[in-house]
Amino acid sequence: MKQGCWILAVLLSHWRRHPLQLTTLMAGLISATALWSGVEALNQQARASYDRAAAVFGGSRTAMLVGQRSSTFSQQLFIDLRRAGWQVSPVIEGRVRIQGRPFRLLGIEPVTFPAQAGTVPAIGKSDLKSFIAPPGEALVAPETLAALGGTEGAVFRADDGGALPPFKVQAELAPGVVIVDIGQAQRLLHLPGRISRLLVDNIRNRPPPLEAVTGDMLKYVAADSETDLERLTDSFHLNLSAFGLLSFLVGLFIVYSAVGLAFEQRMPMFRTLRACGVSSRTLNSVVLIELLVLAIAGGLIGLVCGYLIAAALLPNVAASLHGLYGARVSGALVLGPEWWIASLAMSAVGTLAASATSLLKVIRLSVLAAAKPYTWQQSQRRWLGWQGLMAVAMLVAAITVLMVGGSLISGFAVLALLLLGAALALPVLLEAVLRIGERNSRQPLVIWFWADSRQQLPGLSLALMALLLALAVNVGVGTMVESFSKTFAAWLDGRLAADVYVNALSDAQARDIEASLRARPEVTAILPSGRAEIEIGGWPAEVLGLADHATYRDRWPLLESQPNAWDNVKAGEGVLVSEQLARRLKLRPGGRLDVSTPTGIWSLHIAAIYADYGNPKGQIAVDIDAFRGRFPNLPRTRFGLRVSPGKIAPLIDDMRREFRLDESRLSDQSTLKLESTRIFNRTFAVTAALNTFTLGVAGVALLTSLLTLSHSRLPQLAPLWALGVTRRQLAGIELLRTISIAFITAMLALPLGLLVAWCLIAVVNVRAFGWRLPFHVFPLHLAELLGVAMLASLLAVLIPVVRLMRMAPAALIRIFANER
Amino acid sequence: MLDIQNLTKTYSSAQEHIAVLRGVCMYVSAGESVALTGESGSGKSTLLHLIAGLDEADGGSIRIADTEVTALGDRDRAAIRRDRLGLVFQQFNLIPSLTVADNLAFQSRIAGRHDSRWQNELVERLGLGNLLERYPEQLSGGQQQRVAIGRALAVRPPLLLADEPTGNLDEATADDVTDIALDLVKRTGCAFLMATHSTRLAARLDRKVRLSTGLIS
Ligand SMILES: Nc1ncnc2c1ncn2[C@@H]1O[C@H](COP(=O)(O)OP(=O)(O)OP(=O)(O)O)[C@@H](O)[C@H]1O
Ligand SMILES: [Mg+2]
Repeated sequence: MKQGCWILAVLLSHWRRHPLQLTTLMAGLISATALWSGVEALNQQARASYDRAAAVFGGSRTAMLVGQRSSTFSQQLFIDLRRAGWQVSPVIEGRVRIQGRPFRLLGIEPVTFPAQAGTVPAIGKSDLKSFIAPPGEALVAPETLAALGGTEGAVFRADDGGALPPFKVQAELAPGVVIVDIGQAQRLLHLPGRISRLLVDNIRNRPPPLEAVTGDMLKYVAADSETDLERLTDSFHLNLSAFGLLSFLVGLFIVYSAVGLAFEQRMPMFRTLRACGVSSRTLNSVVLIELLVLAIAGGLIGLVCGYLIAAALLPNVAASLHGLYGARVSGALVLGPEWWIASLAMSAVGTLAASATSLLKVIRLSVLAAAKPYTWQQSQRRWLGWQGLMAVAMLVAAITVLMVGGSLISGFAVLALLLLGAALALPVLLEAVLRIGERNSRQPLVIWFWADSRQQLPGLSLALMALLLALAVNVGVGTMVESFSKTFAAWLDGRLAADVYVNALSDAQARDIEASLRARPEVTAILPSGRAEIEIGGWPAEVLGLADHATYRDRWPLLESQPNAWDNVKAGEGVLVSEQLARRLKLRPGGRLDVSTPTGIWSLHIAAIYADYGNPKGQIAVDIDAFRGRFPNLPRTRFGLRVSPGKIAPLIDDMRREFRLDESRLSDQSTLKLESTRIFNRTFAVTAALNTFTLGVAGVALLTSLLTLSHSRLPQLAPLWALGVTRRQLAGIELLRTISIAFITAMLALPLGLLVAWCLIAVVNVRAFGWRLPFHVFPLHLAELLGVAMLASLLAVLIPVVRLMRMAPAALIRIFANER
Repeated sequence: MLDIQNLTKTYSSAQEHIAVLRGVCMYVSAGESVALTGESGSGKSTLLHLIAGLDEADGGSIRIADTEVTALGDRDRAAIRRDRLGLVFQQFNLIPSLTVADNLAFQSRIAGRHDSRWQNELVERLGLGNLLERYPEQLSGGQQQRVAIGRALAVRPPLLLADEPTGNLDEATADDVTDIALDLVKRTGCAFLMATHSTRLAARLDRKVRLSTGLIS
């Protein structure tokens, strides 16, 4: 034990003497762990939020009975069912406003409340009385209490005057939810004797059939293992995870090169240790322990950074999750122990994987092998042929997976294989380019330059690979984001074709509004519309009813259509299908789609497919008259208006005043556009931030590789210096070499990046979200990235070059003398 | 202390077999100092490596204080090196990231036999007093060699093996270092086997054996 500690101290002394190497290693470890754990933290936070939402028994994790015809039903049905032996518990749900903010109010009955519907520990046996007996308790999430600016025990009043029970904090609850006893809730919601649904406990004894007890009043809804939110947001999280993993890999590149160099330099030390009586088993274990100590130290710092990254990105992630999917993710980061453990384990496993070749060398160490001039870099050279083969194999695999696979995972696999294959092919390609240069040169110094550059290649190749990957991913993601914003604006114009959108409070008010609008000359068209929620192929979907008008005919963003598509829709036979839905159900124009409606199955002819970016649900559009015929009970309160230019704002002001419609019921196109654009900007802000981090990590990788390389370069430069080449000249040659190799790499990265962009747009996005963007190339963006990459390489090469220029002759002499 | 019988060693490569040792027999008794001479390539280093258990013999036996080294596995051979041998070999240099003081102490520490009084005495005898905080790269060749001897003797080994410890040094310094080494060897009472080209240095030791054509003559 003590012996082990001394050996560990000897091993660690290397890092004290080479702080730069330690910094490199730590930078790799920290960036790898930080980005991975940051992204994981975001995912975990979001999932925990979904679970919290589901735990509030609104979710579909518990089987339940709901009203067949109306949203609430009499509580007498509950009593009848309990008497008949059904293990049910009543819930009432509604909205209350407190201080002007809307909250979801849930009334529950704690005695019969089923255990699997969500844990509410505060209502344990002992607290049952305080929850039920007046004044009762209102359970809220800490965030809710903070938002209202109160403390525990505070009493709030709903805006309509009803007094809520004293607040009590319950950490498991979702923000925005208030839970009270069912009696209290019925009073606050002004729904005495009514309930919204009955939760069904695990059915043990077979109760009589539902119809026998309640007739056709209630409908049984089975439990879902997954919530809708989880299903809808899956691809969003997968996207994040993929980015985290990519950064993790780039970080490991750095770890790999740092560990490789450090072990190479310590080989003589390992031999001396063995000669002085350390058995190979002891040495191997201590080396392993050293790596783990470093991994955990780096991992811990990385975790802290990851936490900070997650905290910084959380508002954007939360906003885009809310905007896209309506999911509420709480704003304060709370991370469980499994996050800490998983992140540290990732760091340790990653370090060991990155150190595998170095470890193997220590295990195979022969004590007597004299220090051969056969170095780490040269051993890389032998791999070149293998690497080329592996690269080809990976690219072939990428194409195969692309052809065969259809899932999102396989989409990412294509991307990963493509990137890895390209990275492996890079040194082979560079070697070829340099060899061509060498062949076509005449002057001895130029030939030497090419040949020497070729010799440097193995040492640089890892950093260049990291640069290639980071640039390619940047080009890819950048192209995708810009393609999106370019497409998005035009698409929004088409989808939000009407100038003003109205959703009246009731049918009667809708008629009043229509009448008053007809009297206004600036309103050029009133377009009634409808919207219904249905399920198609097991997925949530919406049906839109559209009026037949040039507004839609001219602007609706059709992707593929049959001739006379609009006439077909007008006739009530045709349907327009959103791209997502068409892809999911493999629908094509000319095919048929059966939709179940309250009036029976509706068989429609698919007239066209249209773009519906960003909508996680499926959507179809039909003629408004046909729509009303099929959904007769829906209120007819929605319509869009075309208004003469410049008259929109006064019109909206007038309508607000006259009909008391808030923003959710009366909105103009420009506000909606702004809203949508903001949601998307926030979504892509997350991607862009991660993207920048990746580029930063690649820059660090390049810098550290150049620094470590310049170290091992000195023995080769020292003789040149001894032969009379000045340090300034040496530095110039080094600068030129690195910059030109980095430039070739960056030039290769651009086409690869476009390929990545194509993969993201045509494969990953389609599989993740169901829609495909048109592909655009942005030359300016490419030039900009090229500039950034060259600047990064210049900065990275500057430090070692300046160091070389400043190096004292004595140091060069020593190197010259020692390393023969 | 050291007893070698019929030791053979052949290096084989694809092209040729070099029989370096062809039945070496020799002994070194406790407290005795023996010079191992022979032409370059005669197998001196090979013999020392075998004694130290760094390489495996093809046949014959090596006994160090009644322990048969050739029969042991890696772990036990490492334990023998740690506890009973001091090595002054050129390729097993000082550890560059440790100071002189730490280099001196490190074998005795991992052997669990660190004796700071003895180390102080060594430092004084070797004249390293004002170099203790330096790193090996800041020392001259002779100074480095003195540290290596100090490290080997810090464990008070019963047997000290040295392979041309003064090979890179000028004559005066070589004599100096050898004198110090011999003095310390006498004081600790350990046996000393030193490979050397130099007949002048060999003459300072108790006895001299010569290796040629794979045999001791
Ligand atoms: N690992 C090896 N593989 C093959 N042959 C070897 C190996 N090590 C040594 N030899 C050969 O064995 C012979 C003895 O080498 P050794 O190093 O023992 O000689 P030496 O007496 O120490 O020489 P010197 O005085 O020059 O140090 C030489 O011919 C050498 O070429
Ligand atoms: Mg030799």
